[in-house]
Amino acid sequence: MNSYAYTLLIPLIPFFVFVSVGMAEDKLKGKLGGLIGTAGLGIATFLSYFTAFKYFISDHVAGTGYTSVKAFEITWLHLTDKLTINLGVLIDPISVMMLVVITTVSFMVHIYSLGYMEGERGFARFYAFLSLFSFSMLGLVLATNLFQMYIFWELVGVSSFLLIGYYYEKPSAFSAAKKAFIVTRFADLGFLIGILILSFNTGTFDFKELTNPHGIAIASMGGAAFMGLSVITWALIFIFIGGAGKSAMFPLHIWLPDAMEGPTPVSALIHAATMVVAGVYLVARLFPVYSQTGPAALQVVAWVGAFTSLFAAVIATTQTDIKRVLAFSTMSQIGYMMLSLGVSKYGGEDGLGFMASNFHLFTHAMFKALLFLGAGAVIHAVHSNDMNDMGGLRKYLPITHITFLIACLTIAGIPPFSGFFSKDEILSAAFESNKILFGIEYFVAGLTAFYMFRLYYNIFWGHDRHYHHTPHEAPLVMTVPLMILAFGSIFSGFLPFHNLVTSDGLAFESHIDWMIAIPSILVGVLGIAVATIMYKKENALPDKVAASFSFFYRWAFKKFYVDEFYMFVTKKIIFNYISRPVAWFDRHIVDGTMNGIANLIVFVSFNIKGLQSGRVQQYAFVFVGGVVAMVLIFVYVL
Amino acid sequence: MIDNIPLNAFLVISTLMFFIGIYGFLTRRNLITMLMSIELILNSVNINFVVFNKFLYPNQLHGHFFSLIVIAVAASEAAVAIAIIINIYRNFKSIDVENLDQMKF
Amino acid sequence: MTLNDIMFYLFAGSILTFSLLTVTSRRILRSAVYLLFVLVSTAGIYFMLNYNFLAAVQLTVYAGGIIVLIIFSILLTSHVSEKAVVAPVKQQIFSALAVAAGAVLTILTIFKFAFSPSVSPAVEANVKNVGRALVSYNRDGFALPFEVISILLLAAMVGAIVLAKKEKNPENIEKQTKL
Repeated sequence: MNSYAYTLLIPLIPFFVFVSVGMAEDKLKGKLGGLIGTAGLGIATFLSYFTAFKYFISDHVAGTGYTSVKAFEITWLHLTDKLTINLGVLIDPISVMMLVVITTVSFMVHIYSLGYMEGERGFARFYAFLSLFSFSMLGLVLATNLFQMYIFWELVGVSSFLLIGYYYEKPSAFSAAKKAFIVTRFADLGFLIGILILSFNTGTFDFKELTNPHGIAIASMGGAAFMGLSVITWALIFIFIGGAGKSAMFPLHIWLPDAMEGPTPVSALIHAATMVVAGVYLVARLFPVYSQTGPAALQVVAWVGAFTSLFAAVIATTQTDIKRVLAFSTMSQIGYMMLSLGVSKYGGEDGLGFMASNFHLFTHAMFKALLFLGAGAVIHAVHSNDMNDMGGLRKYLPITHITFLIACLTIAGIPPFSGFFSKDEILSAAFESNKILFGIEYFVAGLTAFYMFRLYYNIFWGHDRHYHHTPHEAPLVMTVPLMILAFGSIFSGFLPFHNLVTSDGLAFESHIDWMIAIPSILVGVLGIAVATIMYKKENALPDKVAASFSFFYRWAFKKFYVDEFYMFVTKKIIFNYISRPVAWFDRHIVDGTMNGIANLIVFVSFNIKGLQSGRVQQYAFVFVGGVVAMVLIFVYVL
Repeated sequence: MIDNIPLNAFLVISTLMFFIGIYGFLTRRNLITMLMSIELILNSVNINFVVFNKFLYPNQLHGHFFSLIVIAVAASEAAVAIAIIINIYRNFKSIDVENLDQMKF
Repeated sequence: MTLNDIMFYLFAGSILTFSLLTVTSRRILRSAVYLLFVLVSTAGIYFMLNYNFLAAVQLTVYAGGIIVLIIFSILLTSHVSEKAVVAPVKQQIFSALAVAAGAVLTILTIFKFAFSPSVSPAVEANVKNVGRALVSYNRDGFALPFEVISILLLAAMVGAIVLAKKEKNPENIEKQTKL
């Protein structure tokens, strides 16, 4: 126990809210459930900010690094003397940063949903699930060991499943929920294998022991090799598969666009700001292990991140469902973060990528939540997800318009908005490490600006559509969170992340490298300019461009047929050649044996039931005859 | 008084009486006659107890008392059984054991 | 052959004869009377063994009580002239075979086993000794079985009354009176 012990309350308050609101769901009239949930999360948010203040400022001795503190730990399962599983709260720079991100976005989403979800059936249920999610996510970032993280990792998956399938009467919603759950669950298998290999080789689950760069864990990681890579590298790659599943990295990204079937605030919270960056957080959490045990695993992380960011950005330029555009944008931005981690090294200025990744995670959470909530306000106004049903909305939704524009500028990397700073750090880190990756990210930065402004112009400019009723601005409970997040998007870029969140806890000097920053601004402006030409006034240009790239356009529009490929592999190959024979075997051999035994018993019983005649004298006769026969056998024969 | 008569003679009588009782139990269809067969069986057992007591353990009275108790048990058994039989007779208008086969499959 | 021997064989013969008659007679009331003769003969054997108290109990409880009870129930449930239904011949034959096999086996076993008659001095089973033992709680006392059997008799009495009394349910009474 120490002065941070109260941090235990941060995850526990949402948990109690979940239990109480969830149990009393039917009895909570009107918005009561939502208010309870919001109040609970408000307390957690306050505690998180207090923790951040305490950890980064008041408790910090100037000139020293930030150390990790175990605020609380109990032994949960004492399996053997060597194998125990603990539950606890770990306070260190990245977990405190994540606390702030999660509680801020979650609190905004809680407030926003009071307006957005008004009048929905199961309003209290929605808040119960939101609280469950907040609890799980906070537990995840505060985990002191890999196993606790895994537990909360799965809980997060469950809450994501519940929230995507919130409109469970809609077939597309529950199939999306199933898809998200199955795909991430499949990836989690990799995570679990990775955990087992890693802890088998190092003998511990504990993050503090695992990530201590001079500790026994990292030192003991040489050892056996498999297919040219050390066992630990394999473990880290497996763990990254888990992270890639949660963070929707190619090729495990297919669930994220479908997850947009959930309510929009859920998309903002889970599928933009918090849960999908869990993979980044996981790699960041184990970063010393990644960086100290050879570059192979980090190379995988970097290339997967880079490829995903490019791939998703290309798809995002073609989609018309505004939430899907944002979903692909999210994937692209998470790709940035992964790339940044992948090119980073451990310690000092070499750890620029690590810092940049977390920086971008932070700013991205703000502006992407803002984008989603803004999109939610738009959907709230026009009752459609499709950008073809929108246009000219800037007159009707002034606040949404301004905040959305701020978010678009932020993600496009225009100074002085926060996205510029974090993206610039990432590009600097990439530039120092690998010029190809740097080139890809440069291109993606331009694409990002282009597709975001394509979205922006399509929604807010152009001419009016035939709306069912005149679109109206969202109520105050929805616009206030937008404004707060816009504020965060503008100013979070000035946070001195290089002093706060670094790979080894020590501050280092970081400055904007204008040789990189200016071209990146230029490419952003170029993207915006192209989008402006093509989409500000409606003209034939987009169709011409689409036609000139017809083959490629169609591929991108169909998301490069990845879904179809999966369907082919699962339905045509796995189902036909593996599942069907297995099902046949199960139905005919396994069930057949059981049914055969049951049928045999039925048959025998049916034929001998006459013995149960109900006639006393017959019973007595059998009894006497049996006794005589037994006496005969035991006394005279044997 | 019984010096000349061997133990086995008593045992043979009681055995025969016992099996005659069983034969009655197996063949009589009337519940009351089945009850009487049971009385025969109990009686044959009583003879055994008494004879064993007299011939093998004459210094004690355990067999003697056991017989007394069996007689008491037989009396209560007869009382309850006849109550049941009368109840059955009321409900079925018959005390033929062949008619009482409700407890079958 | 002394008078005692003759008496014994007389009793033995009457026991076997009347037992057989009990289980074979087709008139139920006669069966009951034959059973009475069996019980009386058994009492005679008890007298021969010098167990006078037991013989007296046998006569009063068995011959006096149970037989009367049985005869009353016979009168309640059937007509005096009614002949009992006989079991099928097959059932009789198989039962007889099983019973005969059992009897033969038992008797063979009895003759194979060497009983060792005691030589220790006999306790006289007069009323004084029996009464003492019955209420004594010493090693050879029977106070506990005596109490237990008294509870059993009480329970049997209550049970018999509950079972045999007419049901109070008016519907059932109506049914019974109609029948």
